[in-house]
Amino acid sequence: MTITKEIVEYAAALSRLKLDDAETEDMQKQMSAIVDYMDVLNKLDTENVEPLSHVFSISNVMREDEVVPSYDREALLDNAPERNEECFVVPKTVE
Amino acid sequence: MKWEVVMGLEVHVELATKTKIFCSCTTEFGGEPNTHCCPVCTGMPGTLPVFNRQVLEYAVRAGLALNCDITRYNKFDRKNYFYPDLPKAYQISQLYLPFAQNGHVDLKLKSGKTSQIRIHEIHMEEDAGKLVHSAYDDSTYLDYNRCGIPLIEIVSEPDFREAEEVTAYLSKLKSVFEYLGISDCRMEEGSMRADVNLSVRPEGSTEFGTRTEMKNINSLRAIERAIAYESKRQIELIEDGGKVVQETRRWDDAKGESYAMRSKENAQDYRYFPEPDIPPLSISEEEIQHYIDITPEFADAKAERFMKDFGLSEEDADIIAASKNLAYIFEETVKLCDSPSEVRFWIMSQVLYYANEKNLDLEKLSISPEKFAEFVKFITGGKVTRQAGKQVFEQLMFGGTDFDVAAYIKENELEAVEDTGLIDSTVKAVIDANPKAVEQYKGGGTKIMGFFVGQVMKQLKGKADPAAVNKAVLDALEKL
Amino acid sequence: MNISEMTALEIGAAIKEGKLTATEAAEQVLDAAEKGNDKVNAYITICREQALKRAAEVQKKIESGELTSPLAGVPFSVKDNICTKGIKTSCASKILGDFAPVYNATVIQKLEDAGAVIIGKLNMDEFAMGSTSETSYYGAVKNPWDLNRVPGGSSGGSAAAVAGNMAAVTLGSDTGGSIRQPASYCGVTGFKPTYGTVSRYGLIAYASSLDQIGPVARDAADCAAVMDIISGKDSMDGTSLEMDYPSYLASLTGDIKGMKIGMPKECYSNSGLNAEVAGKTKAAAKVLEEAGAVVEEISLPFLDYVIPAYYIIAAAEASSNLSRFDGVKYGFRSENYSGLNDLYCASRSEGFGKEVKKRILLGTFVLSSGYYDAYYRKALKVKSVIKKQFDEIFSGYDLILCPVAPTTAPEIGKSLSDPMAMYLSDIFTVSVNIAGLPGISVPCGKDSSGMPVGVQLIGPALGDVNVLNAAFAYQQRTDYHKQFTEVQ
Repeated sequence: MTITKEIVEYAAALSRLKLDDAETEDMQKQMSAIVDYMDVLNKLDTENVEPLSHVFSISNVMREDEVVPSYDREALLDNAPERNEECFVVPKTVE
Repeated sequence: MKWEVVMGLEVHVELATKTKIFCSCTTEFGGEPNTHCCPVCTGMPGTLPVFNRQVLEYAVRAGLALNCDITRYNKFDRKNYFYPDLPKAYQISQLYLPFAQNGHVDLKLKSGKTSQIRIHEIHMEEDAGKLVHSAYDDSTYLDYNRCGIPLIEIVSEPDFREAEEVTAYLSKLKSVFEYLGISDCRMEEGSMRADVNLSVRPEGSTEFGTRTEMKNINSLRAIERAIAYESKRQIELIEDGGKVVQETRRWDDAKGESYAMRSKENAQDYRYFPEPDIPPLSISEEEIQHYIDITPEFADAKAERFMKDFGLSEEDADIIAASKNLAYIFEETVKLCDSPSEVRFWIMSQVLYYANEKNLDLEKLSISPEKFAEFVKFITGGKVTRQAGKQVFEQLMFGGTDFDVAAYIKENELEAVEDTGLIDSTVKAVIDANPKAVEQYKGGGTKIMGFFVGQVMKQLKGKADPAAVNKAVLDALEKL
Repeated sequence: MNISEMTALEIGAAIKEGKLTATEAAEQVLDAAEKGNDKVNAYITICREQALKRAAEVQKKIESGELTSPLAGVPFSVKDNICTKGIKTSCASKILGDFAPVYNATVIQKLEDAGAVIIGKLNMDEFAMGSTSETSYYGAVKNPWDLNRVPGGSSGGSAAAVAGNMAAVTLGSDTGGSIRQPASYCGVTGFKPTYGTVSRYGLIAYASSLDQIGPVARDAADCAAVMDIISGKDSMDGTSLEMDYPSYLASLTGDIKGMKIGMPKECYSNSGLNAEVAGKTKAAAKVLEEAGAVVEEISLPFLDYVIPAYYIIAAAEASSNLSRFDGVKYGFRSENYSGLNDLYCASRSEGFGKEVKKRILLGTFVLSSGYYDAYYRKALKVKSVIKKQFDEIFSGYDLILCPVAPTTAPEIGKSLSDPMAMYLSDIFTVSVNIAGLPGISVPCGKDSSGMPVGVQLIGPALGDVNVLNAAFAYQQRTDYHKQFTEVQ
């Protein structure tokens, strides 16, 4: 599988990364090398294998529906790069 | 050419749990911005979701009520996208194994026609936060109180052909979920939200046209308007030689039109994958049987029973049974006073009148069946007339928990006038005071009868039996 | 009393016996950390004031009998991807800026409850992505045995601090070998527990299904003592296991008679394996054999597939886990942006280092429409195969013994110039994470240039006690873990 420039640009756009031309080219090379190596997996026949996402077969880990007091707002907002007294602030999302 | 409108619905319903789906913050509506939050629901680094048991129960019961197959083994997936209302930049949802599939909802339409809407699937997910756009500058404020409120999303098949089906479907969902006690389904508060996928095609065609998705519709009235607008827009566009573009449109209820939302910076590719932080959920046969066993009687069955047992008309029975609270008030009151038709009268006239007038949520009305029954006995016993009773009933609805029916009637002298002498003398006084009307009556204007009765009733403050007054007026006029 | 070469348990005992106070212990470690850091760069943050204040409190509680843990009063240092309330937690990334968490990770809470004294936060590869601890925004960590060499990674600071006597005991995290490999490169003992035995709540996620917190220490007994404190079911972590947890320290008997240990032939036929590493680890097997274990050759048929499967799964999860770093709620926000989307792009592009960006792009690619089945789904199938084959091996064997890494610590700058070779060097460690197994790295000698070699012991899921006990038995019979270096 060849990693094209378009694939790198598409992945960069989806993951909100800005790459200049040199970075794009470098990433394309490095990703190609890795993905080429990943293609070794095609040698393994997994036709009848179910994908395994959770390694241990535990299930139904649930908590009770009981309210715990929320955090102090000031503490939650304290690390924000931009905020007002009550909220996190970003540039306007609508025109 | 005749056109057929084809619609599918995606309905988000907030579940009425006490806490959020993945953390223990309260789900209470309102609250100062960002005060119902913790490191988990604000997406702080290192935090992990832990699933709320109650969400599963409510979700499965919703699935069963909508005749779905319940997935015995289901998982959560991550839906990845960047938006400021989503602090983790992914929404925990279900793509690969939603908890319920292949259901259906039967609808009864006003024309008496019935129709069935198939449910494709229902999945659980977390709600996003609220964006507040500054009126003063180029800022948007982020309030994460709503982040993590549990939702189910009910995805229908494209089975809707007319707006009435859509509103009937949403009303039915609301009724079912209220009976289950799993959501209050208030569209205005956003606890029930519907997105409408709509396309048009020539009548008789079996292929689907290109659809648009309309978002942000927050009342049944708005949905009807949005559907009418969008159908018309698409038909006119095609008839003018244009093509419908697949897009998301936002309904602006104030302007009465929808507009295409600006396409996102990139094509959407949500990169769903199994949520590694939440182990799968398995639902046992016993649990499912238990939920079936505790399924309440829903509106349709209840309406049937109200017709059969209490002689209600189909229309009245449907209206009363659609609301869990109204049906409860009706049935409990009837039990105590054994006068279904009188109880029906007051619900259909006064309760619905005030609900409509004051825009009240029927589910939030608090009317004591004990006091309602006591009141009905005054009416059926002839102790208070319906006319005078209206004043009492208003107090019954809004007078608070301390309201005392008997004391109020006494204090306000609302007992029916049984004194025929008083009625006769009042009739005489009214006739004497209105010689012109008497002339009209004599000239064959029998319609003027009503005027006399009305005047007498007014003078007696509505406290006399209308039939007795009628008779007295007629007798008096005949004697002239 | 000089504690620089004492184990954590020895320090804890000395404090309990009144030969040393928690404050003195903290002071010594703080001094050593501050002194050595110019050269080793093991710490991102050293919290002298907080540590001394805390040590004084702890000392009182030890004297009053309120704190009884064998590690009460012992100075602890923590990898900088574990959240510490009010103390900067950076993941060695620019993007977290001066982020100070509002809460403690569960392991930190447990350590504090047991009377540990947090000395500082340890350097690492940015977001734990790397095998050398060179990708840190705060500069590369150096190996105390040779400052021109890497300490391994990603928990390079955790291992280097112990090796350089700049910490008594530390916490690291292991996603694909990030505890075991630096422990091996630095000649210390590093334990990666069974997935789910130590809460991940407060560990800033790299790859959620693979990450696990564990101790890096002087020996296996210290690791067991730390496990006694940090393990356990946590209601804040849905993947945390509900079970009766063993007493790890109390289970160390040193008796491994009859224990069946398999040595995978594929590891030893691997072309990248250094002959000295092969020799030292085989010698380690001999020691265990002499102690009564039965050592046999086994086969790990899946070895060729572990690296691709690991990088697909880890990168995919990372691409999602790292999306929350967007310049909105915490950490770094670029000053050069116009509009929301640009705020995201600029902050993330300036805030993440190259290796992190590469893995995010890779992860985004393997999850994207059209490639999901071929890569991500395929990797999950391979994961299933690996788990099944491990299960088969462990139906006949108690442990697997193999090298931790194919070589000893490379020179600084060498690995990053050939990233594929760096990825391949994880070949002996990543399968343990894929299958959620416990694994330990134990020092087993030095190569001809004097660099430490580590041997790895791997157990079946929940076989943590056996793994620790075998390591303990080995260390009863050897003194490689008691060899110290002076930071020059």
